[in-house]
Amino acid sequence: MTTLTLALHHAKYSLIETSRIPIAIISALAFPALALLFFVVPQQVVASNPLWATQAVISLSVFAVMSNALFSFGLSISEDREKPWDPYLRTLPAPGLARVFGHVFSMGLIGFAAILPVIVIGALLTAAEASVGGILLGLVALAVSALPFMLIGIAIGYSMPSKAAIAVVQIVMFGFAFAGGLFLPPVMFADWLNTLSKFFPSRHAREFVIWAVQGGELEWWVWVGLIVWTAVMLVVALWLFRRDEGRRFR
Amino acid sequence: MTTLARLENVTRRFGDVTALDNVSLEIGSGRIVGLLGPNGAGKSTLLSILQGLRRPTSGTVELLGGSPSDYRTRRGLGCTPQETALPAALRVGEVIDLVSRHFENPVPRGELADEFGFGELLRRQTGALSGGQKRRISVALAFVARPKLVLLDEPTTGLDVDARRTLWEAVRRQHESGATTVITSHYLEEIEALAERVVVIGEGKVLIDGSIAEVIGKVGLRMLRLNTAHPDAVSALPGVVETRPENDGTHTFFVRDADAAVVELVKSGIDFSDLAVRGATLEEAFLTLTSSGGATTKEQAA
Repeated sequence: MTTLTLALHHAKYSLIETSRIPIAIISALAFPALALLFFVVPQQVVASNPLWATQAVISLSVFAVMSNALFSFGLSISEDREKPWDPYLRTLPAPGLARVFGHVFSMGLIGFAAILPVIVIGALLTAAEASVGGILLGLVALAVSALPFMLIGIAIGYSMPSKAAIAVVQIVMFGFAFAGGLFLPPVMFADWLNTLSKFFPSRHAREFVIWAVQGGELEWWVWVGLIVWTAVMLVVALWLFRRDEGRRFR
Repeated sequence: MTTLARLENVTRRFGDVTALDNVSLEIGSGRIVGLLGPNGAGKSTLLSILQGLRRPTSGTVELLGGSPSDYRTRRGLGCTPQETALPAALRVGEVIDLVSRHFENPVPRGELADEFGFGELLRRQTGALSGGQKRRISVALAFVARPKLVLLDEPTTGLDVDARRTLWEAVRRQHESGATTVITSHYLEEIEALAERVVVIGEGKVLIDGSIAEVIGKVGLRMLRLNTAHPDAVSALPGVVETRPENDGTHTFFVRDADAAVVELVKSGIDFSDLAVRGATLEEAFLTLTSSGGATTKEQAA
């Protein structure tokens, strides 16, 4: 049994579990679409400008994937660690990576389901435009840029109890969203904020997906930032997973 | 006999609490090992170290010739989740499938269901099952892998007598077909029915390690409860291990041989009334042997 097949297997049953309590994922699916509908569509300056509207749709897609990754990974992992089923699964002969990838697959799929309504609303109600090839490239870029967020979620999930994880995930999510220019475009940032912003994975994700969809030049700090965040968080997540002994009480 | 698991000078601390204190233990193939001890004695910590869930603070652990924290080593290990742990939204068949996929040559689902008697439950969600049904499925999961070593943590707590016996039968059959079993329990009856070797743990130490007959000889206490104006005189009689005052003014005396103790009591001429005799439960016997300093020293000296 290879690590990958085991990961797919864990993902399958995690999706079956989620699908039997579907209300749990509805908010994750609805929030980015509603944000687009209420904050971007009514603003004619943005909505009628193809370049800006497309970037707004991309920003909210990044936000959808990011919030989904942080929430589902951070929360479900820390909740699982408090349930007695988790220590049992840890006694099974599965390498640490199998369960990490299992989470990546199952929740990545839900993340993608969340951006579909964003793309549909963007296409129908704003001037956003992209070629089919651009959209496909954009989806691939989204998947790649989601990795650091998933890993940050995993790290949060393994390092704190679920009540703390809810708070930390929210702070990280909104902090990253503002700092990365997902709510307000970076052109409106002051210089110092723009410089700071270039260190955030949300900014890297935004620029990376915009580059994939609209073309143009990819600045070096975008891909370097993505690689560094992914590598560092992968090491941290694996270390926390191995060190984990379930929830500790004092 | 081959060695399946070995602990050498294993100590595990949680902050200030020492859960295991310099424990050395070897588990060989072929004999069902009963692990006994009161709550908090360190049984579960010991199992979780063998499962690779926790690491010892000091000392070495070996499982099936490797380290328990290496997942490849655990291919020969069978464990049970707590009965409340089964994911409520999944069906029984799905849970078994999820676990089976981790092993090269799992027991087919139908065969496992027949052995543990839940064939008619495979399509039900585990959240809809009764406590006894969940327990059977949890125990069955430990045997999916055709394991060399099985760790069962209180497999029958909360089951009625019939269900308990059915489960024992299944565990015994599995053991005979090659799965060496380590079982923790509160019930002396359960250990008597299953185990050939018994290890008693108290306050993180191995107190007794021997055959079932030896251990029952040491912990099988009887309780005399009676009303007397001279409890100290009764405590001083030969054979009385421990005395406990009760809320209603009577006293309980723990003794090895109730018949001999009653004879002594009558011979001594001490006034008493309302005599009642019953067997101490395992837990009571342990509390007596492990909590009171005097009794413990007596035991350790013996």
